[in-house]
Amino acid sequence: MKKIYPNAAAALDGLMHDGMFIASGGFGLCGIPELLLDAIKTAGTKDLTFASNNAGVDDFGIGILLQTKQVKKMISSYVGENAEFMRQYLSGELELEFNPQGTLAERMRAGGCGIPGFYTKTGVGTVIADGKEHKDFNGQTYILEEGIVADLAIVKAWKADATGNLMFRKTARNFNPPAAMCGKICVVEVEEIVETGSMDPDHIHLPGIYVHRIIQGDHEKRIEQRTVRSA
Amino acid sequence: MWDRNQMAARAAQELQDGWYVNLGIGIPTLVSNYIPEGIEVTLQSENGMLGMGPFPIAGDEDADLINAGKQTITELPQTSYFDSAQSFGMIRGGKIAMAILGAMEVAENGDLANWMIPGKLVKGMGGAMDLVAGVGRVVVVMDHTNKHGDSKVLKSCTLPLTGQSVVHRIITNLGVLDVVEGGLRIVETAEGVSEQQLRDATEATIV
Repeated sequence: MKKIYPNAAAALDGLMHDGMFIASGGFGLCGIPELLLDAIKTAGTKDLTFASNNAGVDDFGIGILLQTKQVKKMISSYVGENAEFMRQYLSGELELEFNPQGTLAERMRAGGCGIPGFYTKTGVGTVIADGKEHKDFNGQTYILEEGIVADLAIVKAWKADATGNLMFRKTARNFNPPAAMCGKICVVEVEEIVETGSMDPDHIHLPGIYVHRIIQGDHEKRIEQRTVRSA
Repeated sequence: MWDRNQMAARAAQELQDGWYVNLGIGIPTLVSNYIPEGIEVTLQSENGMLGMGPFPIAGDEDADLINAGKQTITELPQTSYFDSAQSFGMIRGGKIAMAILGAMEVAENGDLANWMIPGKLVKGMGGAMDLVAGVGRVVVVMDHTNKHGDSKVLKSCTLPLTGQSVVHRIITNLGVLDVVEGGLRIVETAEGVSEQQLRDATEATIV
């Protein structure tokens, strides 16, 4: 089975439909699938629900799909850096479900592992616990959180081989592996496609079983908070 | 009274050799400048890194290498990277010995509020709820009062909680307080601050 596609539009062909649920990798603007987000903007698919830790900035990341009003709902832990997001949210155009960051990551991982729910201490006694099942284990209270299974996962990795084995780079790994795992279909964009067999099998971060389509392209990789020290 | 750097320096005294620690945004970030001689700690950045190094020198910034505040950082010889599920697995699993965090309010039973002011723009809790629920010890570093002079150390929090009974120690510009049975216990006062001044600035029960 051929997994490599010529570009992002081709890789998304036949996968997109209005109202679909997409899980996206990335933390802030780091490790986001910028080429696939651009292609979704071009595809014009509407009423999208995104599980993504953040919502990008106004002109980069998921922010570009907010500009075109393609997003119906966000499931995120932090959305502070996006003025258009706030405008749509406050005017009621956009639905927002806050998940604690670790709960969101685990919901993706669990969904991808066939685990429909799990108990966590995170959020007990807060608004996050409202309406959720509470259960005590060994004298401590936990709440039930549900696994996420998305129609599509969009992911950014550093390197892939033709079979979809992936390597990530530094903190750009972040939500990408759990997002990949929870997608019924996973499309990955990489900086480099390498010869199968050239990556040490012991160094593969995510095995190709989770990856269905791959594209290679040039990434802007924007820095959100450039911070330096004096030499 | 302690300034931001003195509060950070005091918080750094909480660190123990060999600990894995998570530092929040703001004053807690400054704690890494004051790690005592002979103490080795490994800093976790919850976006997926253990062994966080200092900010890069200009020209060495790497878009793939940021901290939880989205700032460019560097790696160290002992650095390791992992995904967000594993990162919060080690947090939730109690492997991180301590988190040092900022706060809007702390209550005498250890309740913490630091993510949301009703009626104001809500940006989200990020990883704060996971951290306070999961790590071994939570130390809060904050100003003792808000800009109106009202105590941020309360009998009970007025803002939506980040975690319930999660705080162990509070370090403010006025001193250090521990959450104990029945209220807060004064551990020490800042230079030039009397115990009475600390009590007067505190709404919470001091035992």
